[in-house]
Amino acid sequence: MTLPIAAQINSVMAALILLTAFGLLIQRRILGLLHIFAWQGFFLCVSTAIVGYVTGVHHLFISSLLTLTFKVILLPYILYTLMRKLEIRREIESLVNIPGTMLIGIALVIFSYHLTSPITQLSTLVTRSTLAVALATVMLGLLMMVTRSHAVTQIIGFLAMENGLFFAATSATYGMPMVVELGVALDLLIAAFIFGIFFFHISTTFDTLDVAQMAKLKEED
Amino acid sequence: MILLILLGISLFFAVVLAFVGDRKYAPDINIAGSAATFVAGVLLALQVYLHGPMTGGNKFFFVDAFNVYLAVLTSFVSMTTAIFSRRYMRVEREHGRVGHWKMRFYHAMYQLFIFAMLLALLTNNFGVLWISMELATLSTVLLVSLYRTPTAIEAAWKYFILCGVGIAQALFGTVLLYFASERVLGVGGEALLWTNLSQVSNQLEPTVLRLAFVFLMVGYGTKVGLVPLHNWLPDAHSEGPTPISAVLSGLLLNVALYALVRCKVLVDGSTGTHMAGRMMMGFGLLSILVAAFSLLRQKDIKRMFSYSSIENMGIATFAFGIGGPIATFGALLHMLVHSLTKSAIFFTVGHASQMHGTQEMDRIRGLIKGNPVVGWAFIFGAIALVGMPPFGIFASEFLILTATIKDAPLLTPLLLLGLGVAFAAIFRKVQPMVTGLVPPWQTPLKAAHVPVILHMALVLILGLYMPRFLSDWFHLAVGILK
Amino acid sequence: MIDFSSFITEVIQLLFLLLAAPAFAGWVKTVKCRMQGRTYAGILQPYRDLAKLFAKEVILAENASWIFRFTPYIVFGVTVLIGGIIPLISIDLPLADTADVIALVMLFAIIRFFTALAGMDIGTAFGGMGSSREMTIASLAEPAMLMAVFTVSLGANSTSLTHVVQVMAHGQFVLRPSLAFALLAFIMVHLTETGRVPVDNPATHLELTMIHEAMILEYSGRHLALIEWAGMMKLFIYSSLGIAIFCPWGIAATDDPAAMLAGGVYLLCKLAVGGVILVLIETGLAKVRLFRLTEYLGGAFLLATLGMLSFFILE
Repeated sequence: MTLPIAAQINSVMAALILLTAFGLLIQRRILGLLHIFAWQGFFLCVSTAIVGYVTGVHHLFISSLLTLTFKVILLPYILYTLMRKLEIRREIESLVNIPGTMLIGIALVIFSYHLTSPITQLSTLVTRSTLAVALATVMLGLLMMVTRSHAVTQIIGFLAMENGLFFAATSATYGMPMVVELGVALDLLIAAFIFGIFFFHISTTFDTLDVAQMAKLKEED
Repeated sequence: MILLILLGISLFFAVVLAFVGDRKYAPDINIAGSAATFVAGVLLALQVYLHGPMTGGNKFFFVDAFNVYLAVLTSFVSMTTAIFSRRYMRVEREHGRVGHWKMRFYHAMYQLFIFAMLLALLTNNFGVLWISMELATLSTVLLVSLYRTPTAIEAAWKYFILCGVGIAQALFGTVLLYFASERVLGVGGEALLWTNLSQVSNQLEPTVLRLAFVFLMVGYGTKVGLVPLHNWLPDAHSEGPTPISAVLSGLLLNVALYALVRCKVLVDGSTGTHMAGRMMMGFGLLSILVAAFSLLRQKDIKRMFSYSSIENMGIATFAFGIGGPIATFGALLHMLVHSLTKSAIFFTVGHASQMHGTQEMDRIRGLIKGNPVVGWAFIFGAIALVGMPPFGIFASEFLILTATIKDAPLLTPLLLLGLGVAFAAIFRKVQPMVTGLVPPWQTPLKAAHVPVILHMALVLILGLYMPRFLSDWFHLAVGILK
Repeated sequence: MIDFSSFITEVIQLLFLLLAAPAFAGWVKTVKCRMQGRTYAGILQPYRDLAKLFAKEVILAENASWIFRFTPYIVFGVTVLIGGIIPLISIDLPLADTADVIALVMLFAIIRFFTALAGMDIGTAFGGMGSSREMTIASLAEPAMLMAVFTVSLGANSTSLTHVVQVMAHGQFVLRPSLAFALLAFIMVHLTETGRVPVDNPATHLELTMIHEAMILEYSGRHLALIEWAGMMKLFIYSSLGIAIFCPWGIAATDDPAAMLAGGVYLLCKLAVGGVILVLIETGLAKVRLFRLTEYLGGAFLLATLGMLSFFILE
């Protein structure tokens, strides 16, 4: 596979990742969210593998494999079993209306493109044009956390943000040093464990996973 | 070698306490572990003091005057907090608020938290710094929700989400930093090492570092508790068990500020402008003012002192932002004395709320008559915190004010306003709590005397007299941070 | 002077459009019937329907104004005009210079405008309801359509359709995400404009679920025949537009009759495949609730904008 074709495939993967990020924003049903999140992880893994193959940076293959196991298989499965155990309803409402969220999302994409253009110009990597998509995915994950009021959706937004960060590492620098990548994966695993416990606590204490119910701590006048 | 011992002790004790944490002697093991860590820390500090900065573990660790002093402070406060925790958690157990599993979890996570903080302080690698900051957050999240009340869970959830979001931004900043350094230092783990980066900081691309610093500021600034990213702090620090509030307020904020300052040094070297410093000054001043005015509205005692932490961290950030020898010296001293004072206050506050069964300030009365040690320690702690002489915080704030008048005179009235409002707000609430008759709902208990007396004594000494080795230490650190 | 041969090309294309459009509509209905397991009336059934309608008497309401009487002719005429502009079987048309994308959207808007007015003209409730729904949908679909075609024209550096088709026909095969997004958005808008599922069920007989059909409820005889024929031509045109923009290989670049014949055959084959895909989409999806249509069209706009953004970001 030559460099230009690899760059093209990488661009297609980046476009698909961006599409899944928007898909997460507008999807109403939690099961659909899990599927889209798994697809996002899959596209990420393919992109990393291609970059690793073409540039010869072999530890990217390990990162790609880690992404596949954690983000495509393990995390969606954990979330799915949590949902089954907690008997979460399938459909949720969001705080902001969906067309408005889409427009804000588009604005964020333009903003991240503007923000990363000096770096894209400086970079000599084959993957440099995808840094804007990576930052956009991070921002869209952030937007998702802010506009949704369900605990599971907030966590998925957080994980989508981590996906964007991982993608940023691959597109800006061909991946962080192995030690850092392993540490980040470990942190993510611990975080997954913790929020699993959290869902149970919230569910048993509040009898719902609607985060908007948790608003008691504020200043009293 | 001593480095590995230092880190290994807390990790080892974490594992041990995971198994025996609910026995009667578990708090003593906790204290022993923390004491051993402290001794190792002092030995490490001596080594650095005598022989200069050192690297260890194949350049994985780096110890210089700046972080070893913070490491010693961390291990010291964790030791005294462990002593306090023994008495405190015993009362909590008697009141039935924690059970077997929770005690094991609490003790194990306590040691893991210390490990994570020490790792963050002593590592040479910016990536590992990020990882250990995240680990420190994660180890305390479930501790904040230990009591499983609705407010505790809400606080822990906010803490988890907001700090998670913040630290993700810091990861992006680290990626950008790696991008900039890779062009100069080549691919691989070498490019993220502080020792290498500080040498070549003027070769790093300014545009990239500017952008990276914005993300790092947002990320680590969230963990320091800078306004407007501070929403999680009052909740998280007021809901967990008091020893956890003490270490969170006293230690974790310092570690986050340390990370921020290391990044600032790199950015200053690269851009040559004062952009990073100005940003820190801006956020710091904003934190001081917002926190000071928020102090006026508080009803919960731990919440009030959490806002005070935000304010003091704002002062330290502001001072680091000004730069220059006087302000940096003042900031370093401030980190030290604030840590000691705040944890001392939390020790007394913890016992006070246990005695009255509530954290509401309107229900706490007559502390001096009820339990003289707690009462007097509390009033002295509050006096120290608001910056009265002859305590240490007065000295550090005085230095910072001097630097402000010299370098940024127009901001002095704002700084004074913040300090003054905080003074009034805290004093207004503390004074009725310590004086007056003992209310009928107050229950007596055996308080932990040693930690709080030790801290207050240290703060008093530091206010009156700066030991030679400490000032040398600080001067070395100032030199590093130029 | 008008080039005589290109004039002939134009006439041939128009005749082709007029004659082939009902066949295409018949093909779509046939495939749908086969897929749903029903017996079908044959591809030529639309011709028989049109012939039947032309022979019938026109019944007008008493308060029908000139708008009501003229709309069928306007609609038919503008549709034929559009058919004359778009490169269906050949790029070399005399009206090629007017084939600007924005002009095209405006022409479609004229059709919609007059149909909506005609729907409200008689004063029945269903007509007004259909008109208001149609206008709502159009206000959302037009930006999406424009954005989708703009994305493609970014690559060709021109909004003239002939230029776009030329660039696409002779370009290298390159994986371009912007085109993929634009294609998806175009398909979504195509389904909206031609009134297919998931936006509007063309075979519905329940007035409250109608959007397009409600506006033409009052027509009869040759008026209805003209409007129906124009509707079939609209489906044909939209599908050919999509084919011309996104996969125009085989289109005739000159007025050589053999090339035009080949172009015509290619177009019919592509339309056949397109028809099958259309039926697959129709049978696979359910009709979206009216109030959710804003999200659907917002999604189309979003895809088109993403396509434009990926052009700048990734290419």
